[in-house]
Order: sequence, then structure tokens, then C-alpha cells
Amino acid sequence: MPTVTYAGTQVLVNEEGFFTDPEQWREEMAPEIAREAGIPALTEQHWQVIKHVRHEYELRGTGPTVRALGKTSGVSVKELYELFPKGPAKLAAKTAGIPKPRGCI
Amino acid sequence: MSERIVILGGGTGGTLSANRLRGMLDDDVEITVVDHDDDHVYQPGLLFVPFGLARPESLVRSRPRQLHAGIDYRRRGVERVDINKDQVHLEGGAVLPYDLLVIATGARLLPEETEGLAGPGRLPTVHTFYEYEGAEALAGALAAFDGGRLVVDVVDMPIKCPVAPLEFCFLADWYFRERGIRDAVSLTFVTPLDAAFTKPVAARALAGLLAEKGIELVTEFNTGSVEGGDGDDAGDRLVSFDGREVPFDLAVMVPLHGGAAYVDASAGLGDELGFIPTDPHTLQSTVRPNIFVIGDAAAIPTSKAGSVTHFEGEILTRNVARFLAGEELEPGFDGHANCFIETGFHKALLIDFNYDTEPLPGRFPAGVGLPLLRESRLNHLGKRMFAWLYWHILLPGRDIPGVAAAMPHASKHVPATTDH
Ligand SMILES: Cc1cc2nc3c(=O)[nH]c(=O)nc-3n(C[C@H](O)[C@H](O)[C@H](O)COP(=O)(O)OP(=O)(O)OC[C@H]3O[C@@H](n4cnc5c(N)ncnc54)[C@H](O)[C@@H]3O)c2cc1C
Repeated sequence: MPTVTYAGTQVLVNEEGFFTDPEQWREEMAPEIAREAGIPALTEQHWQVIKHVRHEYELRGTGPTVRALGKTSGVSVKELYELFPKGPAKLAAKTAGIPKPRGCI
Repeated sequence: MSERIVILGGGTGGTLSANRLRGMLDDDVEITVVDHDDDHVYQPGLLFVPFGLARPESLVRSRPRQLHAGIDYRRRGVERVDINKDQVHLEGGAVLPYDLLVIATGARLLPEETEGLAGPGRLPTVHTFYEYEGAEALAGALAAFDGGRLVVDVVDMPIKCPVAPLEFCFLADWYFRERGIRDAVSLTFVTPLDAAFTKPVAARALAGLLAEKGIELVTEFNTGSVEGGDGDDAGDRLVSFDGREVPFDLAVMVPLHGGAAYVDASAGLGDELGFIPTDPHTLQSTVRPNIFVIGDAAAIPTSKAGSVTHFEGEILTRNVARFLAGEELEPGFDGHANCFIETGFHKALLIDFNYDTEPLPGRFPAGVGLPLLRESRLNHLGKRMFAWLYWHILLPGRDIPGVAAAMPHASKHVPATTDH
């Protein structure tokens, strides 16, 4: 399994760059992860989503889908795409140091 | 004192669990089924209506007549459930108290949640086959379509029968070939997923079939709106949240799905999409021990399909009986799903999977059975026979001979490396 260094600490990630152990995540790592994903700076709204995503993960064991995020994070789906272009559910999960959301079957 | 079981919804799951429970429990246990209309639609048949392969009226039967003797039927809409008082509030003011509640109210289509899909702004070029009237109207639109761009778009997951939109594409390819105008029609399948299907081995097989039939695949497309051109039809297009566009002359949309509306009005009952948090193995809800959930209404990680609902029925009803007897529940449900995928030209594919095992090639249910993940005429006959099985085996609550609720493992080819 690959390791990468964020905020001076080595962490384990999978082939797609998602944390395999969310316990290793620290808030200081988020801006670096985001930059790698093409988000130059994290705003207060980004943080609102990141914290929400971590909270949901702790509650349910998986990150929320875009639709669920739009209903529960206080940020609309349209705005979510502005904050995390291309894939809000995946990018927010990656930045928040949780595994890729399982999504639906 | 006699116990009262109330079952909300008289569709696939409500009907089959009522019939199974009636056969298992003593006569002094009261069973009441509630539904807001009397028309039981065989939903898998809706796929065939747009192509003139099924008459819509032939898919509908009386709801109460599918219920065995000794089951009460109440034709009323559910307004809300009070999970603290164990009461169901019906439209019109009546209150039904329960000792045990089975939720079987399925999934609801939410076209109004996508800009341009519902209301006065809806374009005449936009259709769906996911409900009765829509499927009928689409039959007319397809018959009148003599060339151009047809797109099939899944707005977002979860949806009922996730293979149905793919089947629609395959049948459309067949349909336009039969009409001799396939060259004049471009077919595009648009999905929010990163592949043709949710599971890798099946996704590759299905993507191969799409390519073989000349159907374009657009992935990771989260539909934000459906927009019209100015004046005439030209310029109609799907627009994704990240600004990509897919132009069309005829759009076949699978709208967003959510749980029944009363769930949102019932404090503490559902999740943000209106589905009920449920233990994936016992089918007991996690909101209250005396509430069980079957079918599309359950928030569990398996397909929303009639076959799943059938397999769940066996475990759910045993657990209801155990619960009433004060016994421990059996974590027996493995997420088993079994779907025929109609591929046109009188052929179909069969996939069989559960929570842990993705659809694999091989044979079902045993070595001499139906071919898995491979097109065959036998599977097409299986798909067509499903309607008969539905009314005569599934709904009465019987088991299909040779097909168990638990997924079979033998006679499947397990790949050397699985790429989950
Ligand atoms: C186009 C299409 C194709 C499909 N193809 C297949 C297939 O090939 N194979 C397969 O296995 N499955 C298929 N399915 C899926 C299958 O039909 C469903 O998964 C199955 O019917 C689910 O059963 P259910 O009991 O959960 O819900 P349903 O059978 O939908 O029943 C829900 C019931 O609840 C009632 N209800 C809802 N709200 C209220 C309320 N407030 N008050 C009172 N009553 C209410 C409704 O009237 C309805 O009767 C398909 C579905 C569609 C739409």
C-alpha cells in the first residue's frame, strides 16, 4: 500500500489516494490534500463540508453521496460543485481523510 | 391479547410478506395491509411498454385480490407514523395502532428535484418509462421518432432496478433496427457512475455490449438540469453540475428516487432521502425494534429490485415471527440479487450477486442452470417467465423451486484477482 507525506507525517493511502486509516488524518493535512486535487485554498465553506463529511463517516461508516451532502451539509449541490469541482463526494472525502464513499448499488 | 401487525404498502414486498405471515402465524394475530390505491402494477413490465412489447393494461391487477384470506386491506394513504406511540395516521384522520409495523412503501420518483424535469417547464422531448403513464406516453414518442439523438439518462442513484436503463438502451437498438432506421438514430447512455454498472466484472461485460451495439457511454455525469433550446426542439440538452452538456432530440430520463412522502413527515423514521435505516442482515429497522423493512424502502446496500424483495421476504417473515415470540433474530439476509438483463433480439443476460460477491460468470443456480453474464435465449425466456412467477409464486409468498434466498456460490467462476 502506498504512503504519502502530509503536514510532515507519513500516512497510508490506497491506489486512488484515499486514506485507508482515517485516524491518521489531521486538519493541517487538508490544505495539502486539496491542493493536490486542484483546490488552491480552503474557504470556510470548504471546511463546513469537510467537517460534515467526517461527522457522517463517524456516524455511518461511509462518506455521504453528493445528493445526501446537498441535503444535509447546508451547502447546495450546485455550490458543492463550485467548491469541489468534478466530484464533490469523492474530493470532499479525500480531503477529509476518509475512504471513497461506497455510493449506491 | 392478540397482536396487531400493520403492513404499509401493498406492492411486491407488502403483499408477499402479508401472505407469508398469514401462513405462519396463529389466526388471532391480526394482519392489516394499507395502500393508497387498488392497482398493483407489475413494474418490470414497464420496460417493454415503450417498444410495443407489452400492453400497459396487461401489467395491472387488483391489489386486494393478491392478498390471502384473513388479511385486512385498508385503501388509504399513510400520512405519518408516530414511532413513539406505535400508531399510523391515515389520510382522513383514522389512526391504526400496531404492535409490529412492516414498512413496504417502496421508492417514489422525484422529477421535481431536477430543474426542467417536472412542471410547466418540462420539454415535450423529455420522457420516462419508470411509471405507468410515462411508459405509455413514451411508446407514442418512440413510434413517432424517425431519427436523431436519443439519450437515456440516470439522474442519480439509488434507482429501482439499476439495470433497467441499460436494458432500455439494448432494446432501443433492437427496436430501431427492426424499423430499419438504426443508422439515423444515435443512442447514448448517460450515468452518474464511473462505469456502465456498479460492480466491476459486470460493468465490463455491459460496457462491451454497449460498444458492440454502437451505444455511446457517458460516465460521471451528474445531471443538474434539462434545458431547452429557443423556440423549436433543436438545442435541447442535459447539463451536468460541472458544466458538461449532452444534446438530445429525445431524452428518456430516470428521475431521482426517494422514499414515500409520509416518511419525511414522520419524526425519527427515515434518512435524508426518505429511506428507512435498517439492519442489512435481520431487516429490522434501526429506528425501533418493532419496525421491520422490506423492499425498496430499506436503506441497505443492495439493489432495489423485486428479486431482492422476494429473497428478503423469507428472512423478514421468519424474523417477525421470532420477534413476536420473544426470540433472537436471525441475521440471515446476504443481500442476494438476481437480475435478468434484456439485451434485445430475444436474448438476455443474467447476473447474480450479494453484499460480498459481485456478479460473476458461470451458471445459475447450479452447473446445469442458466448461463451467467452471457447473452442467451434461455435467459430471455427466463425474463419473460418472471411475470408469471411474480403473480403466482412471489406474491403468494411461495419459494421458487431450486432457488434459495441465500446466494449460490458453486458453479461460478471466481476470477484470480478481484478488483474491488
Ligand atoms: C421500469 C422498472 C423495471 C423494473 N424491472 C425489474 C426487474 O426486471 N427485476 C426486478 O427484480 N425488479 C425490477 N424492478 C423493481 C421492482 O419493481 C421493485 O424493486 C419492487 O416492486 C419493490 O417492491 P416494494 O414492495 O419495495 O415496492 P412497491 O412494489 O413499489 O410497493 C410500494 C407500495 O407502497 C404504496 N405506497 C407508497 N406510499 C404510500 C402511502 N403514503 N400510503 C399508502 N401506500 C403507499 C404504493 O402504492 C405501492 O403499492 C423494476 C422497476 C421499474 C420501475
